[in-house]
Amino acid sequence: MIAIIDYGVGNLFSLVSSLKMIGADATVTSDPATIRSADRLILPGVGAFADAAEKLRDCGLDKVIREAAASGKEILGICLGMQLLFEKSYEYGEHEGLGLLRGHVVPMAGVIPSELKIPHIGWNALHFHKKHRLMKYINEGDCVYFVHSFYAENCTDSLLATAEYGKELTAMVGLGNVMGCQFHPEKSGAVGLKILRAFCEGGDPS
Amino acid sequence: MITKRIIPCLDVKNGRVVKGVNFEGISDVSSPIELARYYSENGADELVFYDITASFEGRALFTDILRQVAEQIFIPLTVGGGINSIEDFDRVLKCGADKVSVNSGAIRRPELIREAAQKYGDQCVVLSADVKRVNGEFHVFAKGGREDTGMEAISWIRQCVSMGAGEVVVNSIDTDGVKQGFDIDLLRPVCEAVKVPVIASGGAGSIRHFTELFHAIPDIDAGLAASIFHFGEVGITELKKELRANGITVRL
Repeated sequence: MIAIIDYGVGNLFSLVSSLKMIGADATVTSDPATIRSADRLILPGVGAFADAAEKLRDCGLDKVIREAAASGKEILGICLGMQLLFEKSYEYGEHEGLGLLRGHVVPMAGVIPSELKIPHIGWNALHFHKKHRLMKYINEGDCVYFVHSFYAENCTDSLLATAEYGKELTAMVGLGNVMGCQFHPEKSGAVGLKILRAFCEGGDPS
Repeated sequence: MITKRIIPCLDVKNGRVVKGVNFEGISDVSSPIELARYYSENGADELVFYDITASFEGRALFTDILRQVAEQIFIPLTVGGGINSIEDFDRVLKCGADKVSVNSGAIRRPELIREAAQKYGDQCVVLSADVKRVNGEFHVFAKGGREDTGMEAISWIRQCVSMGAGEVVVNSIDTDGVKQGFDIDLLRPVCEAVKVPVIASGGAGSIRHFTELFHAIPDIDAGLAASIFHFGEVGITELKKELRANGITVRL
């Protein structure tokens, strides 16, 4: 069973539907016992980093997720959920993340050329940096759907793929059992479903 | 680089797609679910659903259909039509919409944009503006293009973006249905005025019109059309191949 962690952030409708579509057994839950008994976890999220990190702490799920990660359970963070996996975010201030991956989250503003619109919203192509089983069914250059204004950097050890938007922005990460997508696989058509399928199937990282 | 988006728009009335459609492989041509699936499997980057139902029963049916579409289609869905309150946002977002477009509801009460953007984020709020030339000025029209609000369009759009609209659909009433190309003279000043994605609507009659649009206004993000896709005059994959051959970045 896959536990989709529900901490009151974002709309889970499409994520639940897409997992159903690929035949995965998924449950939306905020119950620590259910999360502990799950085979793997998905951490979704939309909105502000500080608010989401606080909600995770308030319901005690930050601890549950850290324990699960330490026990080797596979975790996939999506969008803000991916950003939460890192040590820190500089989104309006400085905020602690879960610290499961090395790196931090910074604004695109001031980094990418000023004529580019923020948020980075729409379909963009993936450039692979490292082989990983999340990419088992997709190809270099496949497009996925992004909506974000902040991105992860200084994460060389986990970096799997980037998308070019004035700069190569972190798009996919994975190190050991901890993985993440900056884009929305549940909104990325057939390519997104293939990434979710690869995650749900498990297996060796490379 | 980010790709230019091609967006088919489906007008839904009492649970059925308005305007005749005829595609091979679709058994029920006015089923929103069948048509949505067809488009998503054939290159559409996003889908827009407009609910043009007036009755309460029709609205409930629309929401039910939206849920069925969203359960099977995994590309972004924008929903508009009859959005007047935060409750309306809530109703369609719970059924799988990713973005909600406001038009007359925002004209009646512009604060709706701010409230929705605060609750759901800017990226969720789409301003849809129906624009028509009146005495050499661009005016915003309400009620499906029937009523001149007297407001100047560019400043209205700028105001809505400053209040939190994260994307703008500009529908030119002058070019709509004429099939002589998009309204470049209207779209260019809109793109210069705002820094959020702008979607061109109204006037597409051929593949060439999309190529002209993206060449004339490199900043424009997407082209939206209904009948030319519905009637099979232009296939989306065919259109995108032609755009790519003309140096425009698309998802194929």
